[in-house]
Amino acid sequence: MSLRGVPPADIFDMATGGERRALGRLITFVERDAAEAEVVAELAHGRAGNAHVIGITGSPGSGKSTLTGQLVKLLGEAGKRAAVLAVDPSSPLTGGAILGDRVRMEDVAAPDTFIRSMATRGHQGGLSLAVPGVVRLLDATGYDPIVIETVGVGQVEVDIAGTADTTVVVATPGMGDSVQANKAGLLELADLFVVNKADRPGAKDVRRDLDLMLDLSHVSGQDQRTGMRPEIIMTTALSGEGAPELWDAIERHRDAIAGNGQLALRRINRDVEEVRNRLLADLEGRVETMLAGDSLAGVTQVLDQVAARSLSPTAAARDLAARISEL
Amino acid sequence: MDDQQQIRVVLAKLGFDGHDRGIKIVARILRDAGMEVIYLGLRQSYKNVINAVEQEDADAVGLSMHNASHMTLAPKMVEAMAEAGLDVPVIVGGIVPDEDIEPLLEKGVAAILGPGASAEEVAQTVRDAVAVVRGEPAE
Repeated sequence: MSLRGVPPADIFDMATGGERRALGRLITFVERDAAEAEVVAELAHGRAGNAHVIGITGSPGSGKSTLTGQLVKLLGEAGKRAAVLAVDPSSPLTGGAILGDRVRMEDVAAPDTFIRSMATRGHQGGLSLAVPGVVRLLDATGYDPIVIETVGVGQVEVDIAGTADTTVVVATPGMGDSVQANKAGLLELADLFVVNKADRPGAKDVRRDLDLMLDLSHVSGQDQRTGMRPEIIMTTALSGEGAPELWDAIERHRDAIAGNGQLALRRINRDVEEVRNRLLADLEGRVETMLAGDSLAGVTQVLDQVAARSLSPTAAARDLAARISEL
Repeated sequence: MDDQQQIRVVLAKLGFDGHDRGIKIVARILRDAGMEVIYLGLRQSYKNVINAVEQEDADAVGLSMHNASHMTLAPKMVEAMAEAGLDVPVIVGGIVPDEDIEPLLEKGVAAILGPGASAEEVAQTVRDAVAVVRGEPAE
């Protein structure tokens, strides 16, 4: 039976009943931000809030997918119903993408693991804008834990820390010296570090640099943020070595933040952040409509006054801001 | 291409067939045509492809075949998709002798692309096959 033309609420019921094709279609609605997405979000939000959301991030080629595959394998063996969101970049030129992470996970995953590949679709922070909505859906349909693998990132793609309960940053030998480790950005937001490719020369050096960096967080008081020092786990993702230790550390982190109130706080912040992003997107749309002219009387005149230097851009913006709700 | 019509394609090679130069080029062609390619690559099973189509909500499946197994594996893939209730076109690319083309189309393969197909032909074939299933008028 085709899902075309089936009301979204019915597809949602099918998805909560375990039909994976239905869940696949709902994710497409959310990714497209289609009219159906709002219905889906409404239905999902009330049922979500249970899953442990884990983010795996790190530079391209650091072994995120392979490591995620190893985790998924363990979770399957432990009888958990896990989901994976694997994000890869969209082409800035054509919008196309090659989503190549699934291939490293499918064969090791338990049969009821749900894996979805997502393209960033123009978003810059290491995830796609639809990720929070998709996480909510997976959560509402009973997947727990949910593992998000980001695109290969550099230093500033920190979206994941706002989206996951536990953020794992994957480092590898050869990533640079101890000054790199102390630069601001992604490394500050890790809840856990993995040194992957631990069988290669230099792995211990990376560990030492990360340790020293964390020592300084203590000196500067930065570790007050979470009240715990991130653990560093050595892994060799190809062979699976270290993966059980990583999973144990992820669970320890979750237990710790559940105990000290951080988990609840992070989730509240996450929801507020999503409301903020929605609002900003809505406002941006209105501003674009307004400035495109015609749709609101008087706007063109205000802009003409700015061009004629009889009104400052600041004053014009203030005048127009007062009228934003008219759109 | 706007998100409303973003085409998602699963690309795979079934069974024992190690020639993946072609499928990698096709992946790149479809990427550059603005599509999202879920790349499964070598040694896949029907089940893997169906899992991917369901979970990825794919619009089309591209099978690359270079080991003369197309007359058995391609129709079986079409059959397996139908059994799973998936109305997703299966397109075969690779080495298919002329006399096999008609029988494959009769068995439900949506289109066949040979070594002479241009990048534009490859992309347009996928677009057309997806448009048919989506009920859009062909370009």
